[in-house]
Amino acid sequence: MTSAVLSMTGVGKSFTLHHQSGTELPVLRDVDLQASAGECLVLDGPSGMGKSTLLKLAYGNYLASAGSIRVRDAGGQCLEVTEASARDLVRMRRDTVGYVSQFLRVIPRVAAIDVVAEPLAEGRASDRGAMQEAREKAAAWLERLRIPKRLWALPPDTFSGGEQQRINIARSLIKHRPLLLVDEPTASLDAANTRTVVELIQEAMSRGSAVLGIFHDQEVGEQVATRRIDMSRFRRSA
Amino acid sequence: MTREEPFSPLLRVRGMAKRYGGFTALHEASFDLWPGEVLAVVGESGSGKSTLLGTISARMAADGGTVEYRMRDGGLRDVHAMSQAEQRLLARTDWGFVHQNPADGLRMDVSAGANVGERLMGLGHRHYGQLRATAEEWLQRVEIDPIRIDDAPRTFSGGMRQRLQIARNLVTNPRLVFMDEPTSGLDVSVQARLLDMLRQLTQELELAVVIVTHDLAVARLLAHRMVVMQGGRIVEAGLTDQVLDDPQHSYTQLLVSSVLQP
Repeated sequence: MTSAVLSMTGVGKSFTLHHQSGTELPVLRDVDLQASAGECLVLDGPSGMGKSTLLKLAYGNYLASAGSIRVRDAGGQCLEVTEASARDLVRMRRDTVGYVSQFLRVIPRVAAIDVVAEPLAEGRASDRGAMQEAREKAAAWLERLRIPKRLWALPPDTFSGGEQQRINIARSLIKHRPLLLVDEPTASLDAANTRTVVELIQEAMSRGSAVLGIFHDQEVGEQVATRRIDMSRFRRSA
Repeated sequence: MTREEPFSPLLRVRGMAKRYGGFTALHEASFDLWPGEVLAVVGESGSGKSTLLGTISARMAADGGTVEYRMRDGGLRDVHAMSQAEQRLLARTDWGFVHQNPADGLRMDVSAGANVGERLMGLGHRHYGQLRATAEEWLQRVEIDPIRIDDAPRTFSGGMRQRLQIARNLVTNPRLVFMDEPTSGLDVSVQARLLDMLRQLTQELELAVVIVTHDLAVARLLAHRMVVMQGGRIVEAGLTDQVLDDPQHSYTQLLVSSVLQP
């Protein structure tokens, strides 16, 4: 029994490309790592080492080829991600695991403030009061991430890359979740916003979230890391 | 947990099969659908998507398998074992069916208001003022100007007709809606509006939906889960983004690699 929020044991991932004569692309093998509450593990290694793949495995976005991935929810229940039903994974993402990707997947016609508020009102979309409360919280996040007020009511598809990224960060972090997976959250941000994102991650950690992150920016990585993971350990052909 | 977990699925499909003469259009399809869950069925034409939708919604007879539906009283009923009258009642109240071509789901020559009110009248609602008020409210919800309430859908654009068809289905607060390519006859700009509306309505009303589509972007936007069909079989199933981003079956890989950025 472990108290880790995320626990990966013997995890491997390879891709089989059926239309490239069945080519096998080995990406990761023998991944063993545990992340506990309040920890931030920073994944180190050049691109192509499987850093994003590792996050996607923990999120259930990629299927593991081997091993076990266990995620513990706020109530202490563990879910074996590699065997979970789609329904369990939907619930895991709603309540337990947040994922900040590099790009915002735009939802047509939804205002920026609602894009951010949505995770808080999920499952209660018919409750006007809940949505109003969620919007108020979303407003505070937008303000903190310096999104000009005149943009709040607009759908973010016309926003700049940096603005979209901040909307995405707000949407992904607004709900407190025990595990956060962050993939280059500061890639297109200016210095002030980068500082804010570092603070947001540190606040999540002090609230007890475990964080697993990829940071291109060395300085950012150093500010948030409590432990560093050398990805070359998990390479099959290294 | 924000809402109470039901103990059993809303729809339980087991071994659904359908043959046309010597040709097997559907091989033993099985899946569960839970309340509030949106399931996309994708695959190319002829893969059995519409046959699956037709048999599980009891619009078509099946040649094997069962479809069990959890009624509002909590009991599971085999839909294909029901009488026709019971099936019709279910189809008009607790279920909806959105056709690809709105003309198949609407009465094209009666007013928009009557189209929306019909299912309610079938349930015994007779108060004209109330029916009209409900129809107006629903037209507004699907973004049709209520000033058009007395116009027949024949005078509507394709996008409006499709939105009217959706209003007509949702007016009785169904728990399960079947949709057959609801966006594919529409212009791209009109599609986006409809998709966004569908997305909001399914969330607000906590609808369970089985949506047949060949458009992977539609599946990505609307569906929690998807099943991929080829040659009458479900060849892959899973969380929507997992199937799209890490497809396992060779047919799914082909499907995903054949489109621009789903």
